Amino acid sequence: MNIVYTDNNATTKVSPEVLEEMMPYFSELYGNPSSMHSFGGNVGGKIQEARERVARLINANPSEIVFTSCGTESDNAAIMAALELNPAKKHIITSAVEHPAIKNLCSYLERKGYHITFVSVDREGHLDTELIYEIIEKKADDIAVISLMWANNETGVIFPVEEVARKAAEKGILFHTDAVQAVGKIPIDVKAADIAMLSLSGHKIHAPKGIGALYVRQGIKFPPFLKGGHQEKGRRAGTENTASIIGLGKASELAKAHLNEMDTRIRGLRDYLEAELLAKIPASSVNGDKKNRLPNTLSIGFDAVEGESILLLMDQSGICASSGSACTSGSLDPSHVLMAMKVPFESAHGTIRFSLSTYNTKEEMSYIIEAMPPIIKRLRDISPFWKK
Amino acid sequence: MWEYNDKVKDHFLNPRNAGEMKDADAVGETGSLSCGDALKLFLKINKSGRIVDASFMTFGCASAVASSSALTEIVKGMTLDDAEKLTNDDIADYLGGLPKEKMHCSVMGQDALRKAIRSYKGIEILAKPGNTICECFGVTDLEIIETVKQNNLKSAEDVTFYVKAGGGCGKCVEKIEEIVESILAQA
Repeated sequence: MNIVYTDNNATTKVSPEVLEEMMPYFSELYGNPSSMHSFGGNVGGKIQEARERVARLINANPSEIVFTSCGTESDNAAIMAALELNPAKKHIITSAVEHPAIKNLCSYLERKGYHITFVSVDREGHLDTELIYEIIEKKADDIAVISLMWANNETGVIFPVEEVARKAAEKGILFHTDAVQAVGKIPIDVKAADIAMLSLSGHKIHAPKGIGALYVRQGIKFPPFLKGGHQEKGRRAGTENTASIIGLGKASELAKAHLNEMDTRIRGLRDYLEAELLAKIPASSVNGDKKNRLPNTLSIGFDAVEGESILLLMDQSGICASSGSACTSGSLDPSHVLMAMKVPFESAHGTIRFSLSTYNTKEEMSYIIEAMPPIIKRLRDISPFWKK
Repeated sequence: MWEYNDKVKDHFLNPRNAGEMKDADAVGETGSLSCGDALKLFLKINKSGRIVDASFMTFGCASAVASSSALTEIVKGMTLDDAEKLTNDDIADYLGGLPKEKMHCSVMGQDALRKAIRSYKGIEILAKPGNTICECFGVTDLEIIETVKQNNLKSAEDVTFYVKAGGGCGKCVEKIEEIVESILAQA
């Protein structure tokens, strides 16, 4: 059976071009980039090229890119650095719909005595920016950092991070964004928005798992999260994951080249999938603002059926996606994102997230469109909540 | 992804006795939309008090559907007195075991069956006895105590897997821990 992979917000396949560029650095070109000899130094040159490529994707200077092990490490490093730089400030502002990398870190810091404001979202997933601006006006001196995701992993809804970042910068407040889902899907310009720190992850943009990066604006005296050697100019100790860094560089170059295709062809495929599923399946609804959304993401709820059951039947047809129900993650409530948006239980439990990449085709969308209606009908036929 | 055995998969993909029974003699309902799973059990009972047919409608995950399917297969042919003694373990055993995190699906089967039989016998089902511990899933202290004793549970996490209590907002986890510890101390 062919696999139709529409779970690219979870992870992506490594591009063949990326893998090809990485291969020599697993074997013959194994030198340590920190070594004095040219055998190692040549690897250092290749890492510098990767740094330039990542920088170009988000309009940063190469020296502002710090390689890390993943998006979660980037997020942790950014928040902990902000706290260390502002030891007297005890207030952190974030949103109620962040990825666990930020959400659970902030909950941990709350238990350690920090004051955290988890800013709410409305039914469409829009952030209550007024609340943020009010707090900034009144208590700017106590805010250590504002951290907001650029785009939501479950719904694809995009936050106005540039606007908030500028207002934060005006008040001298550090602003961090978890842009793991946004990078490579929409254009990002850290300079235009005056962003202080930005997290990104390799495996969401066709680089391997286990590599990420943190953009740190020039002039910030960034204290390292991992302490040790002098790598990454003292901002992240540990011998470089050379092959993966080189892979992330190549993937960034490709992602920049594919931004236009994301905005046109992939957005078209997503819209086609969305329109057809809504038309063919009664009592279905899209979660989140349909306009202000990543071009590759569709979060769609089917009333009166449950996500895990849907996913397992989809699996029988070779279709990979995610659910907004939590049965799959071990917790029992629907996802915190859908709950924060006050999506009714009826559709939240039956929410499926499709997330596309540039590898998806129209034929695949047509296949999903044919496969889904009988799956939902089959489960509704045995659901006590389905009113025919 | 949950690891289900082949029998659970089979009962999910090919559920036995699924669908509404229009002329049922007894109906038992448990769960709700907000809980994420619910079961409506239908029984056909003959004059001598034997279950001659059973069917179900279920909203929930694969193990909820499989547990419901298994339940209907088990109770067919049973006397009401025997059926009343059925436990969630019997359902899980019939399926060759459920992942620990999914044991609440089998508990749901036991609950719906008891409700169906009690309503058939005309036993009034009163409001849940005991004090509500878990507000998210409406679970009382007496239910938690019964489940802990019946299944030899050792932790608050176990309780969540079996009756969901503590699996929502998490505020009651400490109270559940206290209940479990007091039972363990008695044992």
